[in-house]
Amino acid sequence: MGEKILMKGNEALAEGAIRAGCRFFSGYPITPQNEVPEYMSWRLPDEGGTFIQAESEVAAINMIYGAASTGMRCMTSSSSPGISLKQEGISYCAGADLPFFYANVVRGGPGLGNIAASQGDYHQSVRGGGHGDYRVLVLAPNSVDEMANFPKKCYELAFRYRMPSMILADGILGQMMEPVEFKFEPVDPKSFKEAGWELGLAAGRRKRIVRSYDLREGELEKINAARLKKYREIEEKEVLFEAKQCDDAELVVVAYGTSSRIAAAAVKMARDKGLKVGLFRPITLWPFPKKQLAKLAEKSRKFLVVEMSMGQFVDDVRLAVCGRIEVDLYARPAGIPSGEETFAAVEKSYKSMTPARAAAPAKTAKPKGKPGRPRKKPAKKAGRPAKKTRKGGRR
Amino acid sequence: MELVNKWPAGLVEMPLRYCPGCGHGIVHRIVGECLEELGIRERTVGVAPVGCSVFADDYFNCDMIQGPHGRGPAIATGIKRSKPECIVFSYQGDGDLASIGMAETIHSAARSENITVIFINNAIYGMTGGQMAPTTLIGQKASTCPRGRDPKVNGYPIRICELLQSLEGASYLERTSVHTAANAIKTKKAVKRAFQNQIECKGFSLVEVLSMCPTGWEATPLNSVKYIADKMMPLYPLGVYRSPEQREQKEGGAA
Repeated sequence: MGEKILMKGNEALAEGAIRAGCRFFSGYPITPQNEVPEYMSWRLPDEGGTFIQAESEVAAINMIYGAASTGMRCMTSSSSPGISLKQEGISYCAGADLPFFYANVVRGGPGLGNIAASQGDYHQSVRGGGHGDYRVLVLAPNSVDEMANFPKKCYELAFRYRMPSMILADGILGQMMEPVEFKFEPVDPKSFKEAGWELGLAAGRRKRIVRSYDLREGELEKINAARLKKYREIEEKEVLFEAKQCDDAELVVVAYGTSSRIAAAAVKMARDKGLKVGLFRPITLWPFPKKQLAKLAEKSRKFLVVEMSMGQFVDDVRLAVCGRIEVDLYARPAGIPSGEETFAAVEKSYKSMTPARAAAPAKTAKPKGKPGRPRKKPAKKAGRPAKKTRKGGRR
Repeated sequence: MELVNKWPAGLVEMPLRYCPGCGHGIVHRIVGECLEELGIRERTVGVAPVGCSVFADDYFNCDMIQGPHGRGPAIATGIKRSKPECIVFSYQGDGDLASIGMAETIHSAARSENITVIFINNAIYGMTGGQMAPTTLIGQKASTCPRGRDPKVNGYPIRICELLQSLEGASYLERTSVHTAANAIKTKKAVKRAFQNQIECKGFSLVEVLSMCPTGWEATPLNSVKYIADKMMPLYPLGVYRSPEQREQKEGGAA
């Protein structure tokens, strides 16, 4: 603790998980997350842990399902297509209320896509991802340091609420090297206590069953209702976010993960030019900082969402503000914007705001009738950047 | 009076919801008796599949987990590696093990995972209503091959023991049947041996049990018994396909 080490994102993620008590990893090779299983195969045996290179992502997640049922702190990681294959197993874990931790080092998609960074798996992550009605806890780091320190938070949340938790990273966060400081002492797995649902040695107690089904009339609804109650509690208590220079901001840039790093550079350029621009960055994508964004919508005049996808993250931002404020979108589907390009989008969005602050209430009042389409009026302006980027992305 | 028969400690005392004439009940009892007789009930974790025996998580009197279709050996791997002191078994049907879960079957055998797999081969999908299985016989009728399995259209049945035989990691493979009392007794011996191997850390053990499905076969229980003897056994010969002794001999010979 306290020492700064230069580490690659994927390795920091793996080391962070081990220090947080992970002693079981199963995975399957896929770029750009390969350093995670490689690191685990090297490190885990020394810690008395288990590493298995599974025959497929499907097998890997089901090994996790088995390991998690014993209360083991386990982990798997993959990249987009591999995470798609794991969704059935994740759904089973959610349905059986099993805690475990996984990471998606997102690459471009759909299909085989490419192996560069993207944020195209946003919806899949924050809407559960697999079949059925469930959520997973989603943390979005934006630095290698956070890649190293978030696994501990993920395990804590997963075990507190008995559900899967994940880190939504991307190819840049996985591959780049940055100084890292582990801000916690390594956790000794021997310190974990049994909670009473784990499978294993059953001497002197009744048998336990881990399952995700209940065919009895009306029973599944009761189980799901209890889960919904838990989800509501999480939405109340576990939201994490970061707001920078938002107090006096007229335009707030909303971005997560890698795009929040790029957006921060654009915000700095804007401030240097005297534009009142702030940055809001959700750290938990589920639970989503709905209330915090709604509050911010009261005092600023416009939001600009920056995302490396077609416009997925923007849906949650618009749902949070519910038509109370105009939300522009700078979308780069499987593209990586530069600070300058992002600044150009910021400037454009800023300058298209109605000139006087006094005009704002009248403006926000208008779209109330159609809360689903808050940017109906300035459609011309908002539509243009999206078109441009689509071309840019293809090149 | 002498007690000649009782409910095995390895089974929960409750009625089984299987069809009349089904083989699952016999194999359940065999597994339940083995758990008791080997004294491993309180350290055993079982994996229930998707299919008719999905309710095995209720029936076996040990810790149980129910998993996705075909993934039993992967789940068992995760449990066994996390809790090596536990005895872990996976109970699977032919659709589960030989179709959707073929990769997990082959790779857990290749890794020689120290687990026990009980494979019920009744040549049909029972729970979903009698569809063609990978083990369905040529000419056998099923709801998705109503004219009978035609190799030109549906290909050929898969023989799991023969398929796994070539794998060094497969420690013990035996095919048995439960269509007669004598065969059920042989099945019990095989199941017990498959658990004993795990206790002795000998690696992957699988017992394939030919079993009746009167409902899926649209046959009477009696005709189902005959079907196994006359039709299934010629295609799926009973016997030991690999044993730890064979492996030890081979390794000893090589050294």
